[in-house]
Amino acid sequence: MTETDRRTLLRQAGAGLLAASGAALAPWAARAGESVTLPFGNGERPLVAYPGKRPLLQMTARPPQLETPFGVFDEGVITPNDAFFVRYHLADIPTTIDPEAFRLTVSGHVDGPVALSLAELKAMPGAEIVAVNQCSGNSRGFVAPRVAGGQLANGAMGNARWTGVPLKAVLDRAGVKAGAVQVVFEGLDGPVLPETPDFAKALGVDHARDGEVMLAWAMNGEDLPWLNGYPLRLVVPGFYGTYWVKHLNAITVTDKPYEGFWMRAAYRIPDNPCACVEPGQTPKATVPINRFAIRSFVTNLADGAAIPAGRTALRGIAFDGGSGIRAVAVSTDDGQSWTEASLGPDLGRYSFRPWTLSVDLPAGMHALRVRATGQDGATQPMESRWNPPGYMRNGVETVRVRAA
Amino acid sequence: MTVRSPAATRAATGLLRGYVRVGCVLAGYVFASLPAAAAPRTYDLPEPTAQLRPAPGHEAGLAAAEAHCQSCHAVDYIAMQPPGQGAAFWTSEVTKMRKVYHAPVDEADGKAIAEYLAAAY
Repeated sequence: MTETDRRTLLRQAGAGLLAASGAALAPWAARAGESVTLPFGNGERPLVAYPGKRPLLQMTARPPQLETPFGVFDEGVITPNDAFFVRYHLADIPTTIDPEAFRLTVSGHVDGPVALSLAELKAMPGAEIVAVNQCSGNSRGFVAPRVAGGQLANGAMGNARWTGVPLKAVLDRAGVKAGAVQVVFEGLDGPVLPETPDFAKALGVDHARDGEVMLAWAMNGEDLPWLNGYPLRLVVPGFYGTYWVKHLNAITVTDKPYEGFWMRAAYRIPDNPCACVEPGQTPKATVPINRFAIRSFVTNLADGAAIPAGRTALRGIAFDGGSGIRAVAVSTDDGQSWTEASLGPDLGRYSFRPWTLSVDLPAGMHALRVRATGQDGATQPMESRWNPPGYMRNGVETVRVRAA
Repeated sequence: MTVRSPAATRAATGLLRGYVRVGCVLAGYVFASLPAAAAPRTYDLPEPTAQLRPAPGHEAGLAAAEAHCQSCHAVDYIAMQPPGQGAAFWTSEVTKMRKVYHAPVDEADGKAIAEYLAAAY
């Protein structure tokens, strides 16, 4: 077998194309030591199995940044813990944590600061939600013209059942004072150089107390994987992952807007309805990135797949920033005509929503496109928009297949 | 250069608090009734393996990049960036490292690194 054949097979296995072939797939499942070539320049990624993780696409080794092979999204609507993507900014990540000694502090503009152990948090009335976490820069590698940053394909997202305690209840333990404006979150990870801005994020106090934002210690019924924020992380349903602070150990209530680098200068989007500018332009005004733009994907056919002509079962996923998915439509003629897909089980408005559709694909090339519409009426643009950091990509995806 | 590790400091502080707490518990209860003390958990991070590429005529820039860029991140960060972006792209990236993340790289080294990166990547 040539190197190209092997890579193609790996890519197809990664995209789930061969998922139905069972045992025949096993030799080509993503394996540590292999590599995957993503379909953009400098897209070669080694597959590396970190402790607690299956082989994932290693974007960077230090800090660890791992992308989920896209085929995982065809395995089920919940993303397994060992396949969930990993993203850090700063390389001094914790490698020793004592869960007995761990404390979450809540301080600042409060009646009385508190330091809560994991046992104390777990003794409070709990909360559970299924929610997608997605990196702001998911799919950045496809942005054209290309931009600097983590060069991700579509695998920096995942859907999990999070178990923890509402942030509101934890804030109430400290007592938020009148005049509070924001709540700031910091984790155990930090910069290598003390001069580098430490990672911290802020939410408005009303958002922080909405009863949905939560502190999670479990993901899909198990302790958080280390690289996904063990022992405690913030879960901000519908918001980009930058807010989902990992290894969360300090909450500070402020009486004025937080001006740290990661809010004031980084993770900003153009302040307009499309969060976009003409390629190469600089936005006149920006705001902090916030809710997910609506997206949808085909998960069972990879771009470039060769398939038998005839009746073809399509399936995939859709999600948005929390209005919920109203409809998913599929085009088999590159967007000329659309057919509504059937929506699968609803695990909540922040979850991936599965969809299925059976289509006829006569012999020849077909450009399959999928477009979701939210309960809020928002839908996906046919062509992805552009902004300087390459955030919020959500154009209608295209999967080109050859039926024979 | 010596770099303090905030995560290590934070972890050590946490450990200290843990020992103090266990001590208080020991003072107040019968030893036999205590659950076994849980050990801290650890995580073994794989080491980076990526290397910088050579670029003929840019040996000084390569040396400066090797000396500085790997303090804070592995060099796969560089290799994954889009190919052929040229001098403006890499000058902007190196300036960001110096001015925003405060990498201790002087202007001359920064210029050599940016020229090397533009040639090699």
